[in-house]
Amino acid sequence: MVSNSVVVNNLTRRFGETIALNNISFEVKKGSLFGFIGPDGAGKTSLFRFLTTLLLPDSGSGTVEGFDVIRDYKKIRNISGYMPGRFSLYQDLTVEENLSFFATIFGTTIEENYDLIKDIYSQIEPFKTRKAGKLSGGMKQKLALCCAMIHKPEVLFLDEPTTGVDAVSRQEFWEMLKRLKTAGITILVSTPYMDEASQCDRVALMQGGRIMTISAPQEVISNYPLSLLSVRTGDIYRLLADLRTYPGVHSVYAFGQSAHLAYKGRNVDSLNLYDYLASLNYAEINISEIKANIEDCFMELMQTATPPQKRSGVLNS
Amino acid sequence: MRTILYIIQKEFLQVFRNKAMLPIIFVVPIMQLIILVNAATYEMKHIRVCVVDLDLSGSSRKLISKYSGSPFYQIHSSSFSYKAAEDEMKKGDVDMIIQIPAGFEKQALKDGKAKAQFVINAINGQSAGLINAYSTMILVDYNREIVAENFSPAMMIGIKSISADYSYWYNPKLNYKTYMVPGILVLLITIIGLLLSGMNIVREKEIGTIEQINVTPINKIQFIAGKLIPFWIIGLFELAFGLAVGKLLFNIPMEGNLGLVFMSAAVYLFVILAFGLLISTITNTQQQSMLVSFFFMVVFILMSGLFTSIESMPQWAQNLDRLNPLMYFIRIMRMVLLKGSTFADISHHFFALVVYAVCVLSLAIWRYRKVS
Repeated sequence: MVSNSVVVNNLTRRFGETIALNNISFEVKKGSLFGFIGPDGAGKTSLFRFLTTLLLPDSGSGTVEGFDVIRDYKKIRNISGYMPGRFSLYQDLTVEENLSFFATIFGTTIEENYDLIKDIYSQIEPFKTRKAGKLSGGMKQKLALCCAMIHKPEVLFLDEPTTGVDAVSRQEFWEMLKRLKTAGITILVSTPYMDEASQCDRVALMQGGRIMTISAPQEVISNYPLSLLSVRTGDIYRLLADLRTYPGVHSVYAFGQSAHLAYKGRNVDSLNLYDYLASLNYAEINISEIKANIEDCFMELMQTATPPQKRSGVLNS
Repeated sequence: MRTILYIIQKEFLQVFRNKAMLPIIFVVPIMQLIILVNAATYEMKHIRVCVVDLDLSGSSRKLISKYSGSPFYQIHSSSFSYKAAEDEMKKGDVDMIIQIPAGFEKQALKDGKAKAQFVINAINGQSAGLINAYSTMILVDYNREIVAENFSPAMMIGIKSISADYSYWYNPKLNYKTYMVPGILVLLITIIGLLLSGMNIVREKEIGTIEQINVTPINKIQFIAGKLIPFWIIGLFELAFGLAVGKLLFNIPMEGNLGLVFMSAAVYLFVILAFGLLISTITNTQQQSMLVSFFFMVVFILMSGLFTSIESMPQWAQNLDRLNPLMYFIRIMRMVLLKGSTFADISHHFFALVVYAVCVLSLAIWRYRKVS
């Protein structure tokens, strides 16, 4: 019995000049929900394509349920389900036709594994004669998930399943994944939304083809080495520039309508900062101490992982 | 096997759900047959003639009436200035100028020979050749009559002449339609087969469904068979449909065994579909695939012997044409349908197609990769 469902060692893959995957290693426990979080171009899709036997690496290796990704690719194709980032079902076939098509090429039938997909499929079943292309974004995702699970896979690879889906459907989708986990299925999911990290058992933060950290989401936050202030004023763009020149500041970045200011230890005092901003004629200044969330952690990791001369470029991207 | 059947079923579903497909399958063949067969004819009708008759004698008029009386010629204008006639030809209003010089009749009676000038617009060399041939035949006829009229039978004893009579085998009336229909049917199934198969896998690449297929345990052979068989069936159906239309509309002869036609078509379609598949595997978008398909199609069609005779091509082109699958199948179609050739007659072409099919199909299967 293997306790690890997915193991990857020193995986590297280049596309011309770009390094899509840079010496990646990680392990995913059986039956866990593992998240890969990172911006576009971090290498998430390449990694998933490698694990689903679609992409050959330049070096490194990996196993899925004990099968070598390169050597035993046929076995892996039987036991894994993959949901690509782009909706990739037949838009001109109906919901039911899509599902039974994928059931058939996996050598099974809808009836045989109906139990597994029942929860999800029952939501789209009323539309089973509708063409897949005519479904809403959330329903498309549900159908794609059903198709990826129709053969009762042991491992599910979901590449950005919540991208382009509304907030309610996103939450619903994560609830579905948690229920699937209880059926013993290992789930690897990637997402560009950092707020989804807390839904996973463990998360890997990715950037530029590298994994920067792997830990439980709470650990990521508790390991945050800095103190944070949230600063809010009328003019966010000027504010960012002015905060960056403030002494003792470690980093400043926009966070929605406010600016997050990170500093080490006691280098920055919020009262002094208030005076400083007031002297610069800011109106409606609002400064509060906050706890770091996963996004703040990510910003910090991104900075420390990037060589200093490239820092500004990365922050702008 | 169940998987293949299911993919075939899925492909058919998609083909018939595509609103553009049904017209393509049913209307296009009829249109193509009607338009191309009637348009792509080698017969010259309405050759427009400008007459420059400077003699105005009985003989010259007789010569002109020989042409105006023929269904192929149409006296478009007459003039007394060769310059004016030439201008008309430059404008493209006339295809041919007949100039009869002054003293034509006199000279003919005195010296026993006279000269007239025929100027033919040879921008299209093939039709110029035909006009020339027709005109010469009429002239020969005219000569014979003149001799009979102006010389007594006694004098004719000394004149020996050899005349050749023609009889055209396999197409006795020189009906170009019967000649064109089989070729155009080949064209039809080629276009349908190549485009359908060439676009299909690329389309799955474009919409991303190929990713989803590639992670399934389905193997190459199952996938490719599932992809090709539907188009193979559609292609054969098209041929049957086209033959029926050809029989009903143009009453084309079907001298040989139709089974032979379909057997060859079955192999030929594999060549074309495998070709499309190969194009599909090396391109990434439907547009690329279309352009590549068109490039090959144009070369294949123009060198297929459908419109121009292969025998009149230069030797290097004839050698190159051995790589042209259309050439083989058009020959088979014409041989079987028009001549009633048997398998022994077409076996050479047939086996060439078999070898071709095996090669291209293996290449396509080898090129198709699930992994990048």
